[in-house]
Amino acid sequence: MPDRITMQVTRYRPEEESGESVQEYEVPCPKDWVVLDGLNYIKDRLDGSLSYRWSCRMGVCGSCGMTVNGEPKLTCETFLSEYGSGPVRVEPLKNFPVIRDLVVEIGDFMRKLVMVKPWMIRDQEKPVSEGEYLQTPNELDEYKQFSMCINCMLCYSACPIYGLEPGFIGPAAIALAQRYNLDSRDEGSAERLDVLSEHDGIWGCTFVGECTEVCPKHVDPAGAIQRYKLTAALAGLKSFVLPRSAR
Amino acid sequence: MVGGGGAGLRAAIAIAETDPRLRVAVVSKVYPMRSHTVSAEGGAAGVAREDDSFDEHAYDTVSGGDWMSDQDAVEAFVREAPQELMRLEHWGCPWSRESDGRVAVRPFGGMKKMRTWFAADKTGFHLLHTLFQTSLKFPSVVRYDEWFVTRLLVDDGRVQGVVAIELMSGKVEAITASAVIICTGGCGRVFPFTTNAAIKNGDGMALAYRAGAPLKDMEFVQYHPTGLPFTGILITEAARAEGGHLINKDGYRYLQDYDLGKPEPKPVFRSMELGPRDRLSQAFMQEVAKGRTIDTEYGPVVHLDLRHLGKKVITTKLPLVRELCLKYEARDPVTDLIPVRPVVHYMMGGIHTDIHGATPIAGLFAAGEAACVSINGANRLGSNSLTEILVFGARAGRAAAEFASTARSSESTIVAQAKDEQRRLDHDFLRKAGGRERLSTLRAEMHTTMEGAAGIYRTGDALTRAVGELRGLQERSCNIALDDHSRTFNTERLAALEFSFMLDVAEAIAMSALRREESRGAHQRTDFPKRDDQRFLAHSLAFRDADRSCRIEYKPVTITRWPPGERVYGR
Repeated sequence: MPDRITMQVTRYRPEEESGESVQEYEVPCPKDWVVLDGLNYIKDRLDGSLSYRWSCRMGVCGSCGMTVNGEPKLTCETFLSEYGSGPVRVEPLKNFPVIRDLVVEIGDFMRKLVMVKPWMIRDQEKPVSEGEYLQTPNELDEYKQFSMCINCMLCYSACPIYGLEPGFIGPAAIALAQRYNLDSRDEGSAERLDVLSEHDGIWGCTFVGECTEVCPKHVDPAGAIQRYKLTAALAGLKSFVLPRSAR
Repeated sequence: MVGGGGAGLRAAIAIAETDPRLRVAVVSKVYPMRSHTVSAEGGAAGVAREDDSFDEHAYDTVSGGDWMSDQDAVEAFVREAPQELMRLEHWGCPWSRESDGRVAVRPFGGMKKMRTWFAADKTGFHLLHTLFQTSLKFPSVVRYDEWFVTRLLVDDGRVQGVVAIELMSGKVEAITASAVIICTGGCGRVFPFTTNAAIKNGDGMALAYRAGAPLKDMEFVQYHPTGLPFTGILITEAARAEGGHLINKDGYRYLQDYDLGKPEPKPVFRSMELGPRDRLSQAFMQEVAKGRTIDTEYGPVVHLDLRHLGKKVITTKLPLVRELCLKYEARDPVTDLIPVRPVVHYMMGGIHTDIHGATPIAGLFAAGEAACVSINGANRLGSNSLTEILVFGARAGRAAAEFASTARSSESTIVAQAKDEQRRLDHDFLRKAGGRERLSTLRAEMHTTMEGAAGIYRTGDALTRAVGELRGLQERSCNIALDDHSRTFNTERLAALEFSFMLDVAEAIAMSALRREESRGAHQRTDFPKRDDQRFLAHSLAFRDADRSCRIEYKPVTITRWPPGERVYGR
């Protein structure tokens, strides 16, 4: 293994440049270093003006998603050694507006997340003093995987539909809707179905499954979307199953 | 709310529920779901079973804290803990379950009964996302995501709001408020080797300190006994609660040599690997001194052995432990030993508050790790902190709501204060030319100083030197040269501001540790090896004087029902 590796990093400083450029840095690459360690080396030692987000560096906060050699990755768990002698190309996540360097704007997702009502909906809430809603381990397993989403945006970056049709509510938001729909304690699935059916895009998803493939937490948004379509169809919402143009 | 982690979101929801007419702003330097609550693993403590009682939870907490906890606060905490955890259940938290559908509980370090609620070993992650998603349904909660607070606005003896930078645009604005709650978490990043996320820089502690509020019990820094050697990633105490063993280079369960009980095949409450964190981390240092640890390129380690638990227990109860070991150590706990060493994890100290989360400054509240009520005393028990952010987040929220609805607006100088701050942020960072010091170099020096003097074992001499070095760093930090002079998402200016907060907090830690001439809980002075209740059954309060120096005062610990006694584990 080489002891140094070249990182080719996308730069974009809107106050100084009209477009993106690529800057090369040479960094050490001990076997324990992840791509984020390389970026931190650059920022600390070589160029303090490089901007990117990171925090927990243990793959759970979802801050440090970037495009590494063409693929959306959490840079805190992607090892430099995976790229042999390099170079390692680091770009911002695709399908999002770039604010600066490797920092993208995710406000669109934050707005869409609220639309699917990702909270417990009950016809009647029982008082806390009456104890828990019973839920067996099997009932927990029904929705558990959809509750593992860390909102890292890798699935949006990988999604061909979101790239073409920004109105698409997107893989993570739909998976989170399913997380509540499939929870035995929740009674809000009808409300959420209305929301999802009203928005463009879900019917364009062809189960290519890029979202599921890139998910670092093994959530299966593609599966969630397919289940949703089925639910919608069974609910007699056939008009939504057809593309808008064919209605 | 300054901070959008578990405590901040719980407080925001409490306000929205108490008085929907109040407008709540959650100002956070990261999107709320990035907050460090997300990394908590093992669980949240609250009495759940018939064989348990509030008194037992309180006693475990008080003795675990080496009698530095305020017992009135602990009594309120244990009483409200179960209902807060149950409320999270009603909001959808995916707690792990028994086969009959009830919420499951597990044992935890220093706890005499099974009372730790858990969501596998991703409890903090689920708790944070449940709170965040629940907060979205309250229209009165408005978020300022990726806004960094640089200063509290205080006028007429009362807090009036904050000044903050919007990171995306770089614009500096005053956000006025009739009450402010600081929920910015801890400050593990003042040390080089920590489980804490990059964002944990003691921002809120420094904001309050600069505004005149004292920092309490800052000398009590928790080292968690089991961190992965290079990354400092936490391996949860739940790994030991499920039956994991700590062994030295001879394969020997060395904790039996440190008055922590006898080795049994199954976990025993308050014994051996289920002893408190301070004692386990100290035992590690003794093993290093005896030459019984394993040397690695990242320093000495011992081994955590989970192999006898079997694949099923590990994959269902400790999936994250397995994921992290496989990813970052290329070892599978099902078949391999895990190398671990103590790692800075948690601040028992923080902004001085009363039992309602109120600080001595009118209108300023604090909750969570940023605050010190204190329930954690000289050593926090694992799984009390997640519950603490709920109980005291909610309390601070309710108290702030009450304060805000009665507070009168006053003629004030805050517009001028905000303008001053804007000038400072531009002049000191963006427009400044020259400067010789590099931020990362100064930060590394602070790390060396803190690890050397304020680690697991301390001496007066080393702490005196550390205080001097930190003063020197304060002076040199005025001379930092930044590479980045732009406004748009300038993370270098952000890091420089965070560093300046960290230096204030580091000084409060070192000064508090220097003045406490005794050994208690996580504060161990080799020059004063005994606990001294005569002189030091008292909270330290660190004030920032007008000349920016740090002054220490003391306040008696509140004892209600459990007079100071010996901490007994394993016998």
